[in-house]
Amino acid sequence: MIVDVNVNLSRWPFRRLEFDATGPLVTKLRQHGITEAWAGSFDGLLHSDVAGVNARLATECQTRGDGILQPVGTVNPTLPDWQEDLRRCHEDHGMHAIRINPNYHGYQLDDAACDALFQLAGERRMIVQLALKMEDVRTHHPLMQVPTVKVAPLDALVTKYPHVPLIIMNNYGTIRGDAAARLAQAGQVYFEISHAEQVGALEKLVQQVPFQRLLFGSHFPFFNLEASLFKFRESRLGGLMVEAIQTANARRLRASQR
Amino acid sequence: MHRRLFLQATAALGLSGAASNGSAGESPAGDAGQDAAQPATPVAGDLIWDLHCHFSGVPGPTIEDRTRQILEYADRMGVQRLVFFMGWPWSQNPTPDDFRRQNDQVLEALAKWPERLLGFAYLSGHHPRESLQEIERCIASGPMVGIKLWVARKCSDEALDPIIARCGELNAAIYQHTWLKTQGNGEGESTPMDLALLADRHPTVPIICGHTGGDWTRGIRAVRAHKNVSIGIGGSEPTSGFVEMAVRELGAERVIYGSDVGGRSFSSQLAKVYGAEVPEAAKRQILGENLKRMLSPILQTKGIPS
Repeated sequence: MIVDVNVNLSRWPFRRLEFDATGPLVTKLRQHGITEAWAGSFDGLLHSDVAGVNARLATECQTRGDGILQPVGTVNPTLPDWQEDLRRCHEDHGMHAIRINPNYHGYQLDDAACDALFQLAGERRMIVQLALKMEDVRTHHPLMQVPTVKVAPLDALVTKYPHVPLIIMNNYGTIRGDAAARLAQAGQVYFEISHAEQVGALEKLVQQVPFQRLLFGSHFPFFNLEASLFKFRESRLGGLMVEAIQTANARRLRASQR
Repeated sequence: MHRRLFLQATAALGLSGAASNGSAGESPAGDAGQDAAQPATPVAGDLIWDLHCHFSGVPGPTIEDRTRQILEYADRMGVQRLVFFMGWPWSQNPTPDDFRRQNDQVLEALAKWPERLLGFAYLSGHHPRESLQEIERCIASGPMVGIKLWVARKCSDEALDPIIARCGELNAAIYQHTWLKTQGNGEGESTPMDLALLADRHPTVPIICGHTGGDWTRGIRAVRAHKNVSIGIGGSEPTSGFVEMAVRELGAERVIYGSDVGGRSFSSQLAKVYGAEVPEAAKRQILGENLKRMLSPILQTKGIPS
């Protein structure tokens, strides 16, 4: 039983991906022991009709998710009336989390709009998933270069909203050891493991961040699902840590919202 | 899904009911969460040779310390043979003294683990004469079986031709780093297109296009017509579709697994192969058979068991 907090549905804008159709994606997740997957939509990166993106995502998870897909709506606080998108995610679609992509949506973490988003998400006790990047910046389409999110304002944001659960996603060295530990201590900050690299990555990661703040994430289907699964073979963590990272931490996080 | 792949993946997670590995890191509450997936011992069976390993990513004051740790991780992942190149610390534009120092470190590791490790000599296109001397020292008269060229000088430069020709005579493998960075490559950093020019001048010499340019969708195309070029798939994000496109456009026989540990992990790089939707026979070729075939002549010459 594994809870994957970093899955994407629909189409990556720049090429077709293996498993970018929901049915095969769900089948593969199940075959590899994923019993719950928190799924956002690639459409949320570039579409302005975010309400439509989230409605389709909710329907797709409900009709083709085979009981394991939990939709995570996109909220873009630079769009007019984004607060209504957040309300619909929570009230109409029953989502427990939202995903934000400040770099694709053109704002910084210390912008007023971002502050307002955290305020509202906190009031609704929703989890915020912050994707620092989607792909290696060195391989971006030349007409679509999107820098990695600048994380310097995160300390202040987390200090101001320590009770808003925040999941840092796609962190390939953007937030390193000490800074990650500081964030975890300052608030309800979690890190998913899809981009944890170096040989024996998880053994190193648990030395930097309390294992209670690590979550299984795959960035599937952009990444091969096996990349995160195999990390538990390369690193020796012990049963308690493995169970916490793969399942218990995410379950506890969700339970704390209710 | 292929049955063997499924078994590999589930075994990797301990979902097949394999016994605990009893590692020192096992929690005292080791039975906590009976449903939790547990790390398992490596799955035997696949021949896995890793084209691309460094002494980085692990602590330790000596090469022996570092290599021992890398090998422990390799054991867990079922990687049998590892090709090392460059030493620690490394440099992008090494002087002859510096690349000799780094090659000495690789030679030290080879002497300690001759049955597991293979070595490529680190050279520089900026120093072709000294590089040729290093080929004689490390390969013709030493145990190394290939060369590594990094970012000192673009490989399209004809100054590299004597190096490539000599490697051809020795059946030594040639690993050339390539990238295609959206923001632009470094001054001496080769693209797969540069490598294609080199391959054109040496059509009978096998050459490996390292990283496949990072942007593999363009890198694969750049070398597609050059049948003497294989691609190294290591050292980039584990993006899905890489191996599928490579097998489709090049054929599985031109695709070689490598990791780029310790900056990368065995996990993420092996996942490119195990997670690919290609025939199992193709996976076996990529994981080890292709590199073994490429190196067999020089291994045989040197009397190194393969």
